[in-house]
Amino acid sequence: MALHFELVTPEKLVRSESVYMVVVPGSEGDFGVLEGHAPFMSTVRDGEIQVFATANAAPESIPVVGGFAEVNESGLTVLAEKAG
Amino acid sequence: MASLKELKGRIASVKSTQKITKAKQMVAAAKLRKAQAAAEAARPYAQRLEGVVASLASKVSVSESSPKILAGTGKDDVQLLVVANGDKGLAGAFNANIVKAAILKARELIAAGKTVQFYLVGRKGRAVIARTFPGKIVGQFDTTEVRTPGFTEAQAIAKELSDMFFAGKFDVATLFFSTFKSALAQIPTEQQLIPVLVPANAGPSNAAVEYEPDEETILADLLPRNISIQLFKALLENMASEQGASMSAMDNATRNAGDLINKLTIQYNRSRQAAITTELIEIIAGAEAL
Repeated sequence: MALHFELVTPEKLVRSESVYMVVVPGSEGDFGVLEGHAPFMSTVRDGEIQVFATANAAPESIPVVGGFAEVNESGLTVLAEKAG
Repeated sequence: MASLKELKGRIASVKSTQKITKAKQMVAAAKLRKAQAAAEAARPYAQRLEGVVASLASKVSVSESSPKILAGTGKDDVQLLVVANGDKGLAGAFNANIVKAAILKARELIAAGKTVQFYLVGRKGRAVIARTFPGKIVGQFDTTEVRTPGFTEAQAIAKELSDMFFAGKFDVATLFFSTFKSALAQIPTEQQLIPVLVPANAGPSNAAVEYEPDEETILADLLPRNISIQLFKALLENMASEQGASMSAMDNATRNAGDLINKLTIQYNRSRQAAITTELIEIIAGAEAL
């Protein structure tokens, strides 16, 4: 019961880990991604991604700029020009 | 024959040259490792972006209404050649090879009746292009101030290029850089930047993907980003190539200097022995005469 989450910038692969949930600030509203989410693509507005390592854990915020999110069978991938 | 003192001086000077080339070789080797690591770190982003653009493009048909940066201006009369070079010499034929590829392409395009313009990145190669095609350089990007070209620079170049494109200054932009294959082989490469070439093999498209906003908006947002990432990749490849070329050129120079030192040392010893022999003969001859 885990979502594979990847955060990638041009300079490097920032994160690649299994988490419970990620809340992404989409350009048309925030959305949370859990495991088994339907395939989905969205642009991301500049803001903070919130990563929940477990169901009850406090979220960890990662600021991103110029992002794009893709959800497919293998998990969530966020491409950002700047992160962290 | 050169005097002993002269030979000694030459040996010393070649030795100090060898020290310089050896130091430069070691510096290049260290920088190469770093540049290679940077190029590898950039790969995941480029790969994923390419995949996304390909799957999107397979769903959007290119038409008059699609983004200009994807469809192009419908002409190919004004060709912009973006030539990415290094800032420093002492890298063998690295800069010369890129410039040569660009000039070859420019001649070809001019023969086909197109207008050719140049946009230069980096300091090297400017003189040659300015001499071969006077007045054709429409812009340049200075990288002398930055030690390692990063994504910020790539973005700045991409922005300038797309501004020029939307102002109608050119129809097609082609990028020239050097692909890093190994420390010994760097391949001058040309790549079309604008309009964006959509990879043909998009793979099986699963129709169930949801888009937010719609496909075309996402594509219009991603394409400019794709240009910066292509430029970024080219800059990184160039960096690695430059260090690789520099390393092998300096290795050769060090070896040549070593050969020269050996030759000069033999010559020095021979003349020293000859001088001693002459002195001995003089002494013996003098003693016999008594």
